Amino acid sequence: MTSGWPPELPLIRMRDVHKKFGAATVIDGISIDVMKGEVICIIGPSGAGKSTLLRCINALVPIDSGSILVGGQEVNDPKLDKLALRRKVGMVFQQYNLFPHRTALANVMMAPLHVLKRSRAEVEAEARALMRKVRLEGKENSYPGELSGGQQQRVAIARSLAMQPAAMLFDEVTAALDPETVKEVLVTILELAEEGMTCVIVTHEMGFAREIADQIYFTDRGIVVEHGPPAEFFTNCKDERTRRFLSQVL
Amino acid sequence: MPVLKPFRLRSTVHDWLGAPVTARHGILLLVALMLSVCIGEVQAGPAAPSILATILKWTPLLAQGFALNIAMSFLAMAIGTVLGLALGLGLIAVTRPVRATSWLITQFFRNAPWLVLLFYCILLMPFEVRIGATIIPLPGWAKSTAGLALPVMANVAELVRGAVQSIPSGQWEAAEALAFTRLQTLRLVVLPQCVKRMTPPWMNLYAIVVVATPLTSIVGVSEAMTLTGDVLSSEGRTELLVPMYLYLLTWFFIYCYPIARATVALERRFQVP
Repeated sequence: MTSGWPPELPLIRMRDVHKKFGAATVIDGISIDVMKGEVICIIGPSGAGKSTLLRCINALVPIDSGSILVGGQEVNDPKLDKLALRRKVGMVFQQYNLFPHRTALANVMMAPLHVLKRSRAEVEAEARALMRKVRLEGKENSYPGELSGGQQQRVAIARSLAMQPAAMLFDEVTAALDPETVKEVLVTILELAEEGMTCVIVTHEMGFAREIADQIYFTDRGIVVEHGPPAEFFTNCKDERTRRFLSQVL
Repeated sequence: MPVLKPFRLRSTVHDWLGAPVTARHGILLLVALMLSVCIGEVQAGPAAPSILATILKWTPLLAQGFALNIAMSFLAMAIGTVLGLALGLGLIAVTRPVRATSWLITQFFRNAPWLVLLFYCILLMPFEVRIGATIIPLPGWAKSTAGLALPVMANVAELVRGAVQSIPSGQWEAAEALAFTRLQTLRLVVLPQCVKRMTPPWMNLYAIVVVATPLTSIVGVSEAMTLTGDVLSSEGRTELLVPMYLYLLTWFFIYCYPIARATVALERRFQVP
C-alpha cells in the first residue's frame, strides 16, 4: 500500500491545517512534511495543539480547512475511507488505552484478526514475534492490569505495529509513566526508528527528541514557530519563544 | 490510569435497595413468624387445629404458586433483558431519530408504575392469538409476564446505556485508531467490559422483579399471593392471617437472600483495585 511509496514525495504532507474547537483555535495553519522513514518530533508548551494535530492525521479529529495527505490519501475529504487511512497509520496514546478485558497477546491480535480478517495462526505467530520485539516475552497471557505502565505502553506499541502501518504516531507516550519505566519505552521507539519506521512523535522528553529526531518542530498557539534538525535546533534557535521554552525544559 | 480506576456502578434501579439484606434480617423475619404463630395458637384456643399444622397442610399448594412466581420472574427477566439490550443500543445509536425513539420508550416504561403496565397488558392483550389455523391461548400469567417484562426492558436499557457511557473514551479512541468500525468496537471492546459492570445491578433488578410478581395477584393470576388469599378465605380463621402472610414473606426472603448476597459479593469483586 505504501511500501512502494516514491522516496522523493512526503509520506505525510500537511498544508495550512486549521482546527477550531468552538471559539478556541487549536491549530492555526500548520504545514509539515514527513518523508518516508523520517522521524519528526513535535515539541511545545501544553495546549499548543500537538496532540490534536496527531489526531487529525488519522482522522480521529476532523480538520476545518487545509489539507493532509497520507500516502496520497486526502484526509480532509468528505468521502474519506477512514478505515483505510487508519490501517496505514498506527497510533500510541499517553494513557496506553489497552483493552483491559483481554490479555496482552489478545490485544495485539485483535485488530489484524477482526479488521484485516487474517488467519488466526498467522496473526498469532506475528503477535508473539512482536511481543519479543518489545521485550515482553512471557507476558503474553498477562492482563493489562497486571503490567507496569512501561510494559503496557510497549504492548500498545506492539498492538499498533501488528497492523503493519506505514507510519506511527506517538502522543506523549511517556508522560503517564514512572520515571524508571520511561527508558524502556523510549528504547523501543528508538529501535523502531532505526528500522526505518516513519514516526511522528509528540514528546516532552528533550533528550530523547534530540537523539531520535531528523526534524524538530516547535509549536506554540497552533503554529509552527521554528523547525530544524536537532543539532541546529537545540544549539542556535532563532525565535525568542523557542528559546524561552527550551530554557524552561532543558 | 483511568481504565483501572476503582469503579463502582451505582445502581440506577431503586437506590433504596442499595443497602444489602443481611442474615440478621432473615433471623428477624423468622422470629416474627414464630411469634405470630405462637400468638395465633393462643388466639385459636386448644380446640382448633394448630396453626403450624394448617400452614404445613397448605405448603404444597403454596409451593406450586411460588413456582409460578419464579417462572414469571425468569421469563420476564429473559424477555426484558433481550429487548432491553436492543433498546439500550438504540439509546447510544449514532442516528438521532433512533436515539430519540429509544429514549421515549425507555422513559415511558421506566417511569410508568408497574401495576399500571400490568393492567394495560391484561386488558389490552387478547386472550388468544390466531396465527393461521393455530390458536395460541394467552392466559393471565403470560400476559402478566409481558407486563413485567416491559419495565425490565426499560431498566436494562438504562443499565446498558450507563455501562457503555462509563467506558473511558480512550477505549473508543484506541479502537478507532486501529480501524475498528463502530459495531466492532461495541462488540469486541465496549460491551464485553460492560457485562462485568452490568451484572450486579442486573441481579439487583432480578430480585426486584421477583418481589414484584405478587402484583399479578391483583389481576387474578394464581401465584403464591393469590393462593394464600384463597387458603385464608377457605379456612376462615382470622388468627391465620398474620402467620400465613409472614410465611409467604419468608419464602420470598429465602429465594432473594442468596441473590442479594451474590450481588454484593460481585460488586465488591468488580471494584478493580
